[in-house]
Amino acid sequence: MTNHKAIGSKVVSMKEAVAAHVHDGDTVVIEGFTHLICFAAGHEIIRQGRRDLTICRLTPDLIYDQMIAAGVARKLVFSWAGNPGAGSLHAFRRAVEGKGPPLEIEEYSHFGMVARMSAGAARLPFWTMRNYMGTDLAKANPLIRTVKCPYTGEMLATVPALNPDVTVIHAQRADAQGNTQIWGLLGVQKEAAFASKRVIVVAEEIVDESVIRSDPNRTLIPGLIVDAVVHEPWGAHPSYSQGYYDRDNDFYVAWEAISRDPAKLEAYLDEFVRGVPDRKAYMAKQPGLAQRLAAKELMSAGVNYGY
Amino acid sequence: MRGSTMVTEGGQTAGRQVAGYTPSEMMTAVAARELRDGEVVFVGIGLPNLACNLARATHAPNLVLIYESGAVGAVPERVPVSIGDPALVTGSLMVCSMADVFQCFLQGGRIEVGFLGGAQIDKYGNINTTVVGSYEKPKVRLPGSGGAAEIAVHAVRTLVISRLDRRAFPEQVDFVTSPGHRYRDGKTRRDLGMPGAGPIKVITDKGILEADEATGELVLTALYPGVTTKDVQDGIGWELRARPALGSVEQPSGEELSLLREKLDPKQLYLK
Repeated sequence: MTNHKAIGSKVVSMKEAVAAHVHDGDTVVIEGFTHLICFAAGHEIIRQGRRDLTICRLTPDLIYDQMIAAGVARKLVFSWAGNPGAGSLHAFRRAVEGKGPPLEIEEYSHFGMVARMSAGAARLPFWTMRNYMGTDLAKANPLIRTVKCPYTGEMLATVPALNPDVTVIHAQRADAQGNTQIWGLLGVQKEAAFASKRVIVVAEEIVDESVIRSDPNRTLIPGLIVDAVVHEPWGAHPSYSQGYYDRDNDFYVAWEAISRDPAKLEAYLDEFVRGVPDRKAYMAKQPGLAQRLAAKELMSAGVNYGY
Repeated sequence: MRGSTMVTEGGQTAGRQVAGYTPSEMMTAVAARELRDGEVVFVGIGLPNLACNLARATHAPNLVLIYESGAVGAVPERVPVSIGDPALVTGSLMVCSMADVFQCFLQGGRIEVGFLGGAQIDKYGNINTTVVGSYEKPKVRLPGSGGAAEIAVHAVRTLVISRLDRRAFPEQVDFVTSPGHRYRDGKTRRDLGMPGAGPIKVITDKGILEADEATGELVLTALYPGVTTKDVQDGIGWELRARPALGSVEQPSGEELSLLREKLDPKQLYLK
């Protein structure tokens, strides 16, 4: 028996990946800090009508606001729930302020969420930090606790490991085995993937293994922990992929008015999520978008891997 | 608090001129002047980002900007609209994971200045960005900590930028997201083992508050041109004490204003 995930091509459609790896009641992570947030996976989870998910992310962002509104989530685990520079996540707020369908929450700070995933990746029960003293965060979340350091006697904060059932990672490129290269902001994707029982990689481009091998330091996630690979260009929109397309800041601003009004939010989901079969159709509905957001070219200097 | 006087009605200046700059421009210029060349700053979006880039363009060309998204030594060519803007990556010195940001840089003691803001700031500099009302049944649910709790714990010193408003400056915050100088049980930062000095200065739109070294209470230490102590007290929900000799703060210079208006925020995203 090997721990190694199946050999051979893991490339499947988004529909197949979600059907096979995201189940009702699962703990699901779609990571990416501003950068590389896989909206395409969130939309497919909504289309397939998953229920009772525990959804975890540092920043729920618009995608979890949409998933909360669509009724797929029972619980949200997070550390910053806003729409940066543009306003609020109103489906989330309605739920927490008692004006919408209820949602259980479990709240940390960014460092706490990063630490939970680091513990999960290392298969440790918890992680320690010097944090949370003099705050009300541990009162709001009894899973934030303390431990006495056996060497110095100092009291340190602890958070429990997070081991999701499935983690979705969006990336610029991967090969058919799921060897995944990411550049630009790296967020907590490596820790989230290693912490997870199953991993879905969604890539802007599927490249030959030789491309990965030509620049191994850029590989963030090895294929050996990946279950499925999905080729989904523009799968992060309205988030962005460095070197492929810019963040759609206009849409983030527009979300304030859409999410504020439950009817508008529902109409958005009907048109752009439930009303399309896949990401290709989602993009086809928005002509001009690709041209508006396409990244300009700014290549790095290469390095010599010779010896 | 020895040596302090209570702020009373009627300040030093009766008349108020219409200034040739906005309160946001003043706050940004004041924040920029707080930064020393070569310092390592944990930058937030909005006015802190503008202040850091203003400092870089004037007296502190070697300031190192670190964003919680992992960009180190960022040199953004456009005004970043989010903390994860791709322009923070392009041309930066390093891009690291968030585990590195929080463990190696912040908890590792490498961050000299942190910037924070908040919906509520209290008498002891505790900051609330979590809820208005109770946690279980909030009147208003705010975004939460993000990296704010650990910045307030670890940054060597923290600067707060906030407009004065009675609701924003209550005597005690509804929820402590980021620790100030004294928790509600009276424990101090030293009692609680916090490495950083915490929010030592609060830069407002009317003047500067600083944490009293002995008590940790925020006291008025400087007034902006044309502002009275009463103007400041009107925006604060506790009886504000003041240093006996208040400092004065120079208005933004022509250079600072033209950099802010023409180069750093030409579309007035933040300098409204």
